[in-house]
Amino acid sequence: MPNIKFSEAITEALREEMERDEKVFVMGEDVSTPSVSPLTAELADRFGKARVRNTPISELGFTGAAVGAAMAGYRPVLDMRLVDFTLVAIDPIANQAPKLRYMLGGQVSVPLVIRTPQGGGVQNGPTHSQSLESWFMKIPGLKVAVPSDAADAKGLLKTAIRDDNPVIFTEYRSLYPLEGPVPEGDVAVPFGKAAVKREGSDITLIGVGSQVPKCMEAAEALAADGISAEVIDPRTISPLDTEGLAASAGKTGRCVVVEEGHLHGGVGAEIAAALQAVLFGSLKVPIERVAALNAPIPVQPKMEAFVLPSTEKIAAAARIALNYA
Amino acid sequence: MPDSKGVFMREKLGEMYRTMVRIRRFEETAQELFEKGGIIRGGIHVSAGQEACSVGVCSALNDDDAILTTHRGHGHSIAKGTRLPEMMAELFGKTAGLCHAKGGSMHIADVSKGHYGAHSIVGSNMPMAAGIGLAFQLNGRGQVAVPFFGDGASNQGAFHESMNLCAIWKLPVVFFCENNHFASSTRAEYSTSVEDISTRAQGYGAPGVTVDGMDVLAVHEAVAEAVKRARAGEGPSLIEAKTYRYYGHSRLDKKFGSYRDEEEWNEWKARDPLTVAGRLFGLSEAEAEGHRAAVEKELAEAVAFAEASPEPEPEMALEDIFA
Ligand SMILES: Cc1ncc(C[n+]2csc(CCOP(=O)(O)OP(=O)(O)O)c2C)c(N)n1
Repeated sequence: MPNIKFSEAITEALREEMERDEKVFVMGEDVSTPSVSPLTAELADRFGKARVRNTPISELGFTGAAVGAAMAGYRPVLDMRLVDFTLVAIDPIANQAPKLRYMLGGQVSVPLVIRTPQGGGVQNGPTHSQSLESWFMKIPGLKVAVPSDAADAKGLLKTAIRDDNPVIFTEYRSLYPLEGPVPEGDVAVPFGKAAVKREGSDITLIGVGSQVPKCMEAAEALAADGISAEVIDPRTISPLDTEGLAASAGKTGRCVVVEEGHLHGGVGAEIAAALQAVLFGSLKVPIERVAALNAPIPVQPKMEAFVLPSTEKIAAAARIALNYA
Repeated sequence: MPDSKGVFMREKLGEMYRTMVRIRRFEETAQELFEKGGIIRGGIHVSAGQEACSVGVCSALNDDDAILTTHRGHGHSIAKGTRLPEMMAELFGKTAGLCHAKGGSMHIADVSKGHYGAHSIVGSNMPMAAGIGLAFQLNGRGQVAVPFFGDGASNQGAFHESMNLCAIWKLPVVFFCENNHFASSTRAEYSTSVEDISTRAQGYGAPGVTVDGMDVLAVHEAVAEAVKRARAGEGPSLIEAKTYRYYGHSRLDKKFGSYRDEEEWNEWKARDPLTVAGRLFGLSEAEAEGHRAAVEKELAEAVAFAEASPEPEPEMALEDIFA
């Protein structure tokens, strides 16, 4: 298997899907400019600027337009540049795309993918650093993929594009440069199937998106103390593979759920609730959570690091679960 | 200022010129420090080339009038009187920064000077400007609110909805569009349905004018007229200033991106707003040099202040979440 970057995996998936299906097109601000959009610009050279379509700064307009084009038979893939900007377009994302099929009695489908680069750690401040997957996961009719490595990025994006429903496809910017093995050929990763990224027996670390590599680092640190941590990645949070996560957490009896988004109302809250319902009695200790503190993400790096989760915070939470009286 | 005269006018013109120099040198200094790395926290978007806009607008406003700016707001901030040392400290991520190092360059604010903040979600400042205009109308003190925005932002729904609100309620708001011809790498002629953005005012029954954004007096006169109208209760105006940004869009963008070339850059640079102002004001080289020297001193003080200010404690991230 060739090693490629997470960012390259995204481009490969887009290229292959655009080749496979001429109904697929890419749209967003500056998507054909190499210096601004390295992931999509080469696609403009290959497929032309009609299929890699630059938009004005009109998120509400072009997202709504993508919903319309999807209803009328196309398969738009939006590049939102940052998830923060989806909030300008929340009506088509939350009110329209996920509900149209239902409201119109099954007459239409909305095969739309919204790529949302996101996450902090780059001193971009409160309105350019958010992680919002937990907002989207509570909207019925919307699917949410949160890949954490190159192989899943490629495989999940292929599945997202082929899906006949609207999908939020989260891309943590911190993952873009990370390399990993990606299978050659047309390999789509199914939605709703968690993946064990590291096997272990003492404790389960459930990581979402950017936090999977952090969980792997924490597992390494714990291993130095003779603790065997399993790391599992839900890969999609809507649908959520409760069974797969429960199999791991049930096996170890101890569990930490980690995400970059804010603690309050986070993905971890949903996962913890789902797990306790099926694992009550077999969990040895309460489920721990690590997430961003309930504050906006400040620019200054020390304050930003204080708010965001980290490998150290994950390892510390694991030790609390392991040493629970 | 055609209707001003004598000593007052020379003083005011001198101050306007000095403010333009202050902005230019602030931007160049910020860019230099940024390129050194590890000093400036977060990204910056510099406005060099657009000084005539900032100064042309703010010289037509009173201290208690309001501005709201954008990600590219250093110039507007300085022109409205924002405290330079505290502004520099914000870029440095220091405790003494105007936003206590939480907002950074993209959120500079100095409410004590009528500066209601830089707002980094493109278009977001315009509805808020309408709201400040509403408050001004209600309090009856004759104040005016000015949102600055780019050609790119004029394609956001927020712009159109705000124009309409201000028009139907006759709010004292002057929409000031700096058409620097680019939104990131996208040329305005591609993204925008009209050649002159000012013509969009017609759709809202408001006056719209396009002015030379490299000419500080042309900007000043157009804004003064619109401000007069706003104070008289006649509602909003839209002013478009054609201008140019000298640097790349942001930290990730080079001066000459794939979307523009050196020739175009040089054409605009030949009409540099500081040179134009110096000529219009009849400034001698000695006077210009005096302004430059004074500004160098201010900037050195601002940098020293920013350097000396302590870094925040991590826990300060939890302050000011709620009032
Ligand atoms: C809602 C939203 N969409 C996209 C962006 C990313 N972005 C920041 S500045 C910018 C270009 C703005 O262009 P313009 O309004 O012309 O202002 P200029 O940068 O030229 O001053 C873009 C696309 C953003 N900050 N907010």
